Amino acid sequence: MSMLTIENLHARVEGKEILKGLSLTVNAGEVHAIMGPNGAGKSTLGNVLSGRDGYEVTAGSVIYNGVDLLALDPEERAAAGVFLAFQYPVEIPGVNNTYFLRAAFNAQRKVRGEKELDSMQFLKLVREKLKVMQISDELLHRAVNEGFSGGEKKRNEIFQMAVLEPQLAILDETDSGLDIDALKQVAQGVNTLRSPERAFLMITHYQRLLDYVVPDFVHVLADGRIVESGDKSLALKLEAQGYAGVAERHPAGASA
Amino acid sequence: MNQPATLPLVTALLDAPLPPSGIDWLDAMRQENREAFAAGGLPDTRVEAWKYTALRALSQRRFAPGDAGAQTRAVDASTLALPGVDGPRLVFVNGEFRADLSAIDAPPAGLTLQPLSQALKGDAEPLRFALSRSASLGHARGAGDAFTHINAASAADGVVLRVAAHHKIAAPVHLVFIGAAADAAVAWHVRHIIELGEGAELSLVEQHIGSDESSHLATLVSDIDLREGAVLHHVLLQNATTTSTLIRQSRLRLHTKAHAMMHVLELGGALVRHDLQAELIGDDAQLDTRGVFMPHGRQHLDTQLAIRHQALNTRSSSNWRGVASDRARGVFRGAMVVAPGADGSDASLSNKNLLLSPNAEIDTKPELEIYADEVKAAHGATVGQLDERSLFYLRSRGIPLHEARALLTTAFCRAVLDDLPNEALREHLAELLIAQLPTH
Repeated sequence: MSMLTIENLHARVEGKEILKGLSLTVNAGEVHAIMGPNGAGKSTLGNVLSGRDGYEVTAGSVIYNGVDLLALDPEERAAAGVFLAFQYPVEIPGVNNTYFLRAAFNAQRKVRGEKELDSMQFLKLVREKLKVMQISDELLHRAVNEGFSGGEKKRNEIFQMAVLEPQLAILDETDSGLDIDALKQVAQGVNTLRSPERAFLMITHYQRLLDYVVPDFVHVLADGRIVESGDKSLALKLEAQGYAGVAERHPAGASA
Repeated sequence: MNQPATLPLVTALLDAPLPPSGIDWLDAMRQENREAFAAGGLPDTRVEAWKYTALRALSQRRFAPGDAGAQTRAVDASTLALPGVDGPRLVFVNGEFRADLSAIDAPPAGLTLQPLSQALKGDAEPLRFALSRSASLGHARGAGDAFTHINAASAADGVVLRVAAHHKIAAPVHLVFIGAAADAAVAWHVRHIIELGEGAELSLVEQHIGSDESSHLATLVSDIDLREGAVLHHVLLQNATTTSTLIRQSRLRLHTKAHAMMHVLELGGALVRHDLQAELIGDDAQLDTRGVFMPHGRQHLDTQLAIRHQALNTRSSSNWRGVASDRARGVFRGAMVVAPGADGSDASLSNKNLLLSPNAEIDTKPELEIYADEVKAAHGATVGQLDERSLFYLRSRGIPLHEARALLTTAFCRAVLDDLPNEALREHLAELLIAQLPTH
């Protein structure tokens, strides 16, 4: 059974149809890159999968580990192992990063019927993850994302992912706004987490992240649908030809 | 303002016998205040300062004048302790000092601490000036004077506290006011006179609690004078029961280089009104107020700040947060005046509010009047809901909606506790805030 099966997904935002029949299958252990021009619906896909309000699914289905993912609340999806690394991580003044992460960690474990960790146990776990992610523990003591640089915010997303150990990680333009060093760090974090049990959906506008995290599959999302799929060479082709080439091969309105 | 004296509340208050004192000036003062109340009556919502707090329902109720059983009401003194508050303690039950529950036998050097009821039995003359200063401070006249008159006419107990010059009192003094279950609804009135001498320092924790088995109308008036260079940390924890009506007036005078810092938690009560009036009358005086009001159910919590800068280079900063849920109502008015001649003053005020339910309401009104030169002033107020993006962010990590709400609300409120130096007390207050959050 596939981990994630998206079939003919249609979704609207503020009355405007953004996803127009998107289908995609993801198996455990796979890394899928979703590329596409601005406005194609890449971020909408991430938000629909993680359950954000304001995204109305009008047709189609999303089955995750045999369960109707769209019927779950965002926190239920998280407990089921779905993680969204935000394109724009939210600053939450007054909420300590470690406290927040432990609350999330324990909330998920509670739902899964696993033992919750006390603050000492959790801190031990966090320190191990920090080492792997090469992140300074100073981030732990600050409020969630407050005053973080763009790079720090993105690294904090990957750090959270490392602690929460999701089965399906959706990275929404995690590479955007990063300089090359930060990009490498983020990529290294993702590579560390790659495993046969875990799948990644990497939403990105540019090919450069894929130099460091080599995907198993590359899909082109245009006008709300996957119009082309291939291996990593597709990303290179896109880099060379631009998305204009995609538009020529798959004019809007034509069926895939 | 005028209304027939036939309102049950007014009748009941006027019918109450004045407390016997045997002191001519005090009896005369009480009589004057009673007459002033009879003439003025209760304010209605046409009075600007009472625009959002209607007394209609209250005015139809009757309260017995004091509780004859106040000295014997059962209170478990062991439940009164607060973390980080280990100094002398004065406990009042239904407005009367309870020696058996209090601990004031061995006050530290420089601290004089006495219930007003005892002070009046001795030489009352030193209290004459303070007790005669009954009506509101000049600039806030009309705001709650009815209750000030009632209080001046009726208060027979309270706290008389003095710190001698240059004495720094280390352990926080704890004042506890308990509305205990009585045979009927009772009205009680307390009056505090607090003075810090030159260079003196004091930390004061004032707590209001009670039993919800009977209802109370309490008026509390505090006069707090800080002489030159005195420093006061004042924490007010209002956690009365939802059968309580509390009308408080705090009046601060800050002399040269005096510094008062107040942290106020308005949590309990059915109808609670707090007029906090401060006059910065000495150069370089400084006032910092921080507060949270968190009405839920059908509570009505009204805070009225009136800060007047009257001297050179005086500073005030006020940071208040309101959180209203269910059908509750919060009211906040922050009025700052920089008087002529108070050049170089710095006045800032911020009041941010959260509405956690569509039926909750918060009315906030910052006001600023400047009549001096080279003044720095800032004020702002907002009313909003929890940020949807933040909520989603927390939920997307697995934190359930109600927990995410509680987390964000707590963070919102805690900001005003951050600069409370007493860490044990600060953590305790934060826990009380969390306990008050809606659980749904």
